[in-house]
Amino acid sequence: VFGAGGGTSSYREIEQTDLVVLWGSNARETHPIFFHHLLKGVHNGARMISVDPRRTTSAQWADLWLGLDVGSDIALANAMARVIIHAGLHNKAFIEHATTGFDEYAACVEPYTLEEGERLTGVPADSIRDAALAYARADRAILCWTLGITEHHNAVDNVLALINLGLLCGHVGRWGSGLNPLRGQNNVQGGGDMGAIPNKLPGFQDIEKDSEARARFEAAWGTPVDPHYGWHLSEMFEGMERGDLRTLYVIGENPAQSEADTGRARALLEGLDFLVVQDILFTQTAAMADVVLPTTASWCESEGTVTNSERRVQRVRKALDPPGDARDDMWILAELARRLGFDWGQPTAEEAWDELRSLSPMHAGMSYQRLEQMGGIQWPCFDETHPGSPFLHERLWADPLVGPPAPFSVVEHDPPVDELDSSFPIRLTTGRRLESYNTGAQSGLYNSPLHRGETIDLSPEDVHKLGLSEGEMVRVSSRRGSVEAPVHVDSNLRPGLAFMTFHFPEQVETNKLTIDATDPKSGTAEFKASAIRVEKIPRREPSDAAALMSKGA
Amino acid sequence: MDLRLGSVAASPAEREAVASVLGPAVSRWEGGTRADETEGHVARGGHEARARRHLLLPVLRAVQERVGWISEPALDHICERLTVAPSDVYGVATFYGLLTVEPRAPRVIHVCEDIACKCAGADELIARLEERLGPENADDSHEVTWLRSPCLGQCDRAPAALVTTAGDEPSEHVLGPVPSADAAIAQAADGGRPADPRTTVPQEGAPDLRLLHRVGRVSPHSLDDYRSQGGYAALRRALELGPEGVIREVKDSGLVGRGGAAFPTGVKWEAVARQPRRPHYLVCNADESEPGTFKDRVLMEGDPFAVIEAMTIAGYATACEHGYIYLRGEYPQAFEILTSAIDEARSRGMLGADVLGHGFSFDIEIRRGAGAYICGEETAIFNSIEGYRGEPRSKPPFPVSEGLFGLPTVVNNVETLVNVLEIVLFGGRAFANVGEGVSTGTRLFCLSGCVESPGVYEVPYGTRLGELIELAGGVAGGRDLQAVLLGGAAGSFVGPGDLDLELTIEAAREVGTTLGSGVVMLFDDRVDMRAMLTRIAAFFRDESCGQCVPCRVGTVRQEEALARLMSGQTRGSVEDELSLLGEIGACMTDASICGLGQTAYSAVRSAVALGVFDD
Repeated sequence: VFGAGGGTSSYREIEQTDLVVLWGSNARETHPIFFHHLLKGVHNGARMISVDPRRTTSAQWADLWLGLDVGSDIALANAMARVIIHAGLHNKAFIEHATTGFDEYAACVEPYTLEEGERLTGVPADSIRDAALAYARADRAILCWTLGITEHHNAVDNVLALINLGLLCGHVGRWGSGLNPLRGQNNVQGGGDMGAIPNKLPGFQDIEKDSEARARFEAAWGTPVDPHYGWHLSEMFEGMERGDLRTLYVIGENPAQSEADTGRARALLEGLDFLVVQDILFTQTAAMADVVLPTTASWCESEGTVTNSERRVQRVRKALDPPGDARDDMWILAELARRLGFDWGQPTAEEAWDELRSLSPMHAGMSYQRLEQMGGIQWPCFDETHPGSPFLHERLWADPLVGPPAPFSVVEHDPPVDELDSSFPIRLTTGRRLESYNTGAQSGLYNSPLHRGETIDLSPEDVHKLGLSEGEMVRVSSRRGSVEAPVHVDSNLRPGLAFMTFHFPEQVETNKLTIDATDPKSGTAEFKASAIRVEKIPRREPSDAAALMSKGA
Repeated sequence: MDLRLGSVAASPAEREAVASVLGPAVSRWEGGTRADETEGHVARGGHEARARRHLLLPVLRAVQERVGWISEPALDHICERLTVAPSDVYGVATFYGLLTVEPRAPRVIHVCEDIACKCAGADELIARLEERLGPENADDSHEVTWLRSPCLGQCDRAPAALVTTAGDEPSEHVLGPVPSADAAIAQAADGGRPADPRTTVPQEGAPDLRLLHRVGRVSPHSLDDYRSQGGYAALRRALELGPEGVIREVKDSGLVGRGGAAFPTGVKWEAVARQPRRPHYLVCNADESEPGTFKDRVLMEGDPFAVIEAMTIAGYATACEHGYIYLRGEYPQAFEILTSAIDEARSRGMLGADVLGHGFSFDIEIRRGAGAYICGEETAIFNSIEGYRGEPRSKPPFPVSEGLFGLPTVVNNVETLVNVLEIVLFGGRAFANVGEGVSTGTRLFCLSGCVESPGVYEVPYGTRLGELIELAGGVAGGRDLQAVLLGGAAGSFVGPGDLDLELTIEAAREVGTTLGSGVVMLFDDRVDMRAMLTRIAAFFRDESCGQCVPCRVGTVRQEEALARLMSGQTRGSVEDELSLLGEIGACMTDASICGLGQTAYSAVRSAVALGVFDD
């Protein structure tokens, strides 16, 4: 909607806002640093609304928690929009000034009455209304989301539904009001900024549409840039399936364990002609590779920059020499180029950065010197006198409007692909926990009293109904596969809702259960919604059980 | 708020105790019954839930009173109800001496082992109790146990004890003077509630009493009795004067705080009255815990309506609609009497939304402490009321601008407030005619220790120390005076040669001592002064909140040095130890956050000067 992919607000703003809506995000556990800033806001008096199927540890901080059914986000957003429009609380001046498509949008949300909203989401109508009115009435409101919104088959539509709410109330482009996807790692934002996405050159310059930018890169690099979008991850796997993709170079990823439907993913990786893995850890994917290139830990063994969720580019400095034969990523890439016949020399991190600055206007003003002096700079920063940008889209409030207006999007409720039925009656949603990170490649290496291994978390009611008890091993099956996992009773879950992480794939391969129904627009799989059944495992002879345990299920 | 709680549920009794303060839990999300149909999809909480944090101490007290100790499941349940982290609740529960998170017998005899009671044979009583009941602090497999306690504020009844009985009908009562261990055990075991000792003053009926004139002469339960003795005339006069007029009179009177710090009351009131931020709060500091002090208790037990009326006037003058009485936990009789008096005043329109039909609103809530000397510090009170550990805050900001709940707050001691009645009725200038300089009006002194007639005495500022002691009948048994402790544990000792000292703030300061909270404790020639010092040092070590290093470490080092001096096993010479004590003391005095650490060396220093360690 806005062009560049990044949170619009600064951390400082969330400390000074009036309302925080945390939608599909358990930031308390998954974005703990950001959550510190959020808590400052809460302590300063900000109200907080949490939208999440689970009453997470984040939701427990909220003034109002809306426990919607998995995959009903659009229905909830549209129902809230209808409340706001009917109450006349939409920001008419802003809509008139800076948006397009309001009438179509208003018509689209009209059928989402409170009753319909309650039916589709499970959230009581009066609570939907309270949340809508709170958002519309707040002078400042920040809406944040993460994978609870994006790990769905209609991820982009989900995001659009939230952006619609922001546009409807004018909660974007002002200090203390914004729309923020939270980034999962210290540098997920930086990955996107630097062009590690299939459709953009560094600085979010479109490969197909922005021929001027493309020409700039071609001139600088002395080589043509293919004017076509590349494949995103899911398309790559489809390419492997078709046999079109035969060679894969994986840097810092562990797709053998992190992909939905890992059985299929692993078979496809195994079928490749050639697999190169560049990582600091010997992951399961690395174990399958033809060549493994040990590299350096970016936060302590190499020079460079990272970009956080508030778009702040920060310097990272080398503190340690890497162990053994590990080499810096830049060195590896340059060496690879040299052996392929291109001498790039051995550029320093700063030289590479300065090249980027010459090609990406939003980074142009960020010299290493300024980054150090200013403690990082938030993009865009167009020249060396530019102070950086605490928040984005102020242009929408400029009179006359600068740039194109922001369009409302017509989006409709579309339930999860993996439907519940009598064979698979429980909705499994997956996520992360504070103490672990993704597949555990990084966080599984050390002991932590918080690590408790994988469990299938069930409501007390379901545990009772199924005749299970805490810690009991059960069989969890989806339409794709089946795993065994111990039961954990979690009273923060309601009946019919189950939760697992994928932190301990050696123990339980959760992603055998998940569905790889992907969003065509973003390529993200629907990790958040699978239909499962949980069964008691018939009592076995002890020797069988021991065998099972040693296999790690 | 992510609460990581244990899986064991609180017992029905614990849950009932919590609900008695917080009301029933409305949803499973705050520890009630789970109704998954609706609760699976919505929960409310956040600011609303956390705004009840200030009820944490009352809730902890309720569980303690009901069960006798606070178990981990009970703590967890409180966490759920108030959305407070378990570590936080644990921190508060373990801050207070009257609360325990370890199993404890339901009936406890808290025996005062502080200086006045020590003079009256507390050590002997403790030894007998130990013989009879075994070691102190027995667990809940026992029916009754005993505990050493710091000063219970019953020094006129030494040796004193407080008996607490947990259960469905919890009770607390004071024993004093305790004739023997057997008598204490017998009285503690008596299921019924023995009558508390009657509150009287030795000067009862004397014509020139201003603060004490009703004590012992009116029923503390009767508003009519109070009014027949001039009660509520001052409030009427205050309404005529208007808020600014009241403040003017209080400033004219020269009244300064009677809690120990001697700050001008009128200045404080004016500062709060002028604060634009609302609401304003009034806190009556009734956490009378300075060893040897019991004057506020006598006022509250003997003339509770005077406290209420004075608070109402203070609230009127400074635009406070809500007043707290922060009452020390060891005063069950004062609690009962004040509670009944507040109810009575409310039912008669003397408190509430429309006081005396004059359209201003004022009400009073009692908050009970739970055994922490430090909570008498004016900012520690705020933390305690707000549900945090009762640790003092750094000043500035001062309470007049950022006090209770971060809002402008008047904090006054009980005796200070009661003076206001006189000032409003007869004018500030008339009040200032008694005494001179900053020492205007009369003053309550708590005479205890080796004195013939212990009790609270009211004399004009400027009375000589010797005259005051004579008024109380002199040294008990006509023995020779060895020393007098002025101002309590935070005060200092003077010798028999100082009986000419004029009891004014200025004169006391001139000779390097303080009147503090009005303690005048006598020690005759038989008392082992070194043992008294050791007790004072132990008191400060125990009562230090531990927040700042000079006090937390200094009070321990001071006690250790005194122990070495007592045992004769000094490090180096006696002079070396005394010089070390001096250094520790200077550090505590200069660098501690609050008055506790700043005065923890005061009594020791004065005793050294009197030659207690001279051979």
